[in-house]
Amino acid sequence: MADSPTPFERFVQGILPENPVYRQLLGLCPTLAVTNGMKPALTMACSVGFVLLCANIVISLIRNLLKPHLRIVIFTLTIATFVTIADRFLAAYFFQMSKTLGPYIPLIIVNCIIICRCEVCASKQGVVTAASDAIGQALGFGLALSSIAAVREILGTGMLFGIRVLPDAWPDWVIMVLPPGAFITLGLLLGCVNWIGILKARRSAK
Amino acid sequence: MSDTTKTQEPMTPSGSTDERGAALIHVAPSPHIKDAAAHTQRIMTDVILALLPIIALSIYLFEVYAIKQLSICVVACMGSEFLFVKMRGKSLTLKDCSAVVTGIIIALSLPGSAPWFVGVLASVVAIGIGKIIFGGLGMNIFNPAMVGRAFVMIAFAQLLGAASYENVTGLVDAVSGATPLSALKFNGVSMETAALFWGMTNGSLGETSSAACLLGGLFLVFRKTASWQIPAGILLSVVLIAGITDIAGSHSGLLLVHHLFGGALMFGAFFIATDPVTSPLTPRGKWIFGLGTGFLIMIIRLFSGYPEGVMFAVLMMNAVTPLINRWTNPLPMGEA
Repeated sequence: MADSPTPFERFVQGILPENPVYRQLLGLCPTLAVTNGMKPALTMACSVGFVLLCANIVISLIRNLLKPHLRIVIFTLTIATFVTIADRFLAAYFFQMSKTLGPYIPLIIVNCIIICRCEVCASKQGVVTAASDAIGQALGFGLALSSIAAVREILGTGMLFGIRVLPDAWPDWVIMVLPPGAFITLGLLLGCVNWIGILKARRSAK
Repeated sequence: MSDTTKTQEPMTPSGSTDERGAALIHVAPSPHIKDAAAHTQRIMTDVILALLPIIALSIYLFEVYAIKQLSICVVACMGSEFLFVKMRGKSLTLKDCSAVVTGIIIALSLPGSAPWFVGVLASVVAIGIGKIIFGGLGMNIFNPAMVGRAFVMIAFAQLLGAASYENVTGLVDAVSGATPLSALKFNGVSMETAALFWGMTNGSLGETSSAACLLGGLFLVFRKTASWQIPAGILLSVVLIAGITDIAGSHSGLLLVHHLFGGALMFGAFFIATDPVTSPLTPRGKWIFGLGTGFLIMIIRLFSGYPEGVMFAVLMMNAVTPLINRWTNPLPMGEA
């Protein structure tokens, strides 16, 4: 295991170079569905972060007990446990937000970011690496969700976190908080990220 | 190497190269038939010519509103074409006039009362997201003008809904009411057939007059710039469905006339659906496209919350155009 990434590498990789949304194109369902405002987006990112961290730690601890042909089942069961905790917690303390997010919190169970991280990192490396990997990926996911949500909420309602940031004369682009706005924003931001990546690569090649 | 020498041998039986130099047959890559009618700039200038009667009538009806909307959209379209083509590092394509046509069509499909940013946003979205992002003219899947219009239609529902058409004031008397289709759909009020046909009604800038649209549209069809199958298919299926609905509801012809001459049907059939990039290539495909568009227009008009359905119908049929092309792909001679 000499060439496996260190905890710090894992952490940094998750934020931008291997950003789950912009680089790996994983977890697009919540990315499209809950980014019509900053509040639901951040709640979603926190829930995913919590589940990811807990699942990665548990999987990493039991990684030597895993049978190869049963590993995905074990991953899913572990994830489901923490998703249920997150779901019930939100329903108990943030009832309105839980209503807004609707089925997307239970759907974290099938979020491929978490299964991917369990498979790639937690089932192969130690607890510290797995935990820092989870935090890095969660930050990357949060960054992606909040960037999309910021664009959509500002253009769609003229507000950020429900606080008016644009002048009252701003005509709300209702389409941006509707599903088409999610696809357009994700596509354009993805294009921007790739464009910046190309520019960087070109500069380092010179 | 050996292949090329083999094929060259029979061509020079006498062995003299001078004869070959004067040969009448030139070998060049396809396309071999250069159709003058297929030149982009010619198509676009034809469309602009055909749009002139509609523009003239909209300026007569809506006066300063029409001039304002047209200039905003054309300038915005050309500006965004310049900007986005520059961003992609391609050579400039302003000279082919396609941006001007997109701008005019967007302007004519908007209500005169729409504020300036509606036209600008529709133009930027049409050119940027509707066209250049796919690789420019000829690569786009959806009709750019309709992409732009659909964007603002959903973004500013309250500015482009049925009520917004009633805000235009100080114009020709006939134009200050509800649009014919929404009057019929929501209030059960009908209009005189002559007013509908000549366009003395309210509506989007370019859609009011069926006569002007027919005049321009027939010009396009006779110039072979637009194919006749698509408008024929659309009109046929609208007449069929509206006719059946009319008879079933015993409207004594009023409903049929409203659906045929009211709303954007003529404008859409001749100027929007016939976009050569986003409609099928084969005659059979064009029939399917036209009939399907007409069917969807009537479904949306009769059963949805919108009084008009040309825009969404064209966009939906654009989406299945590649499929229609594949279905109707003619078999090469000798096969099958």
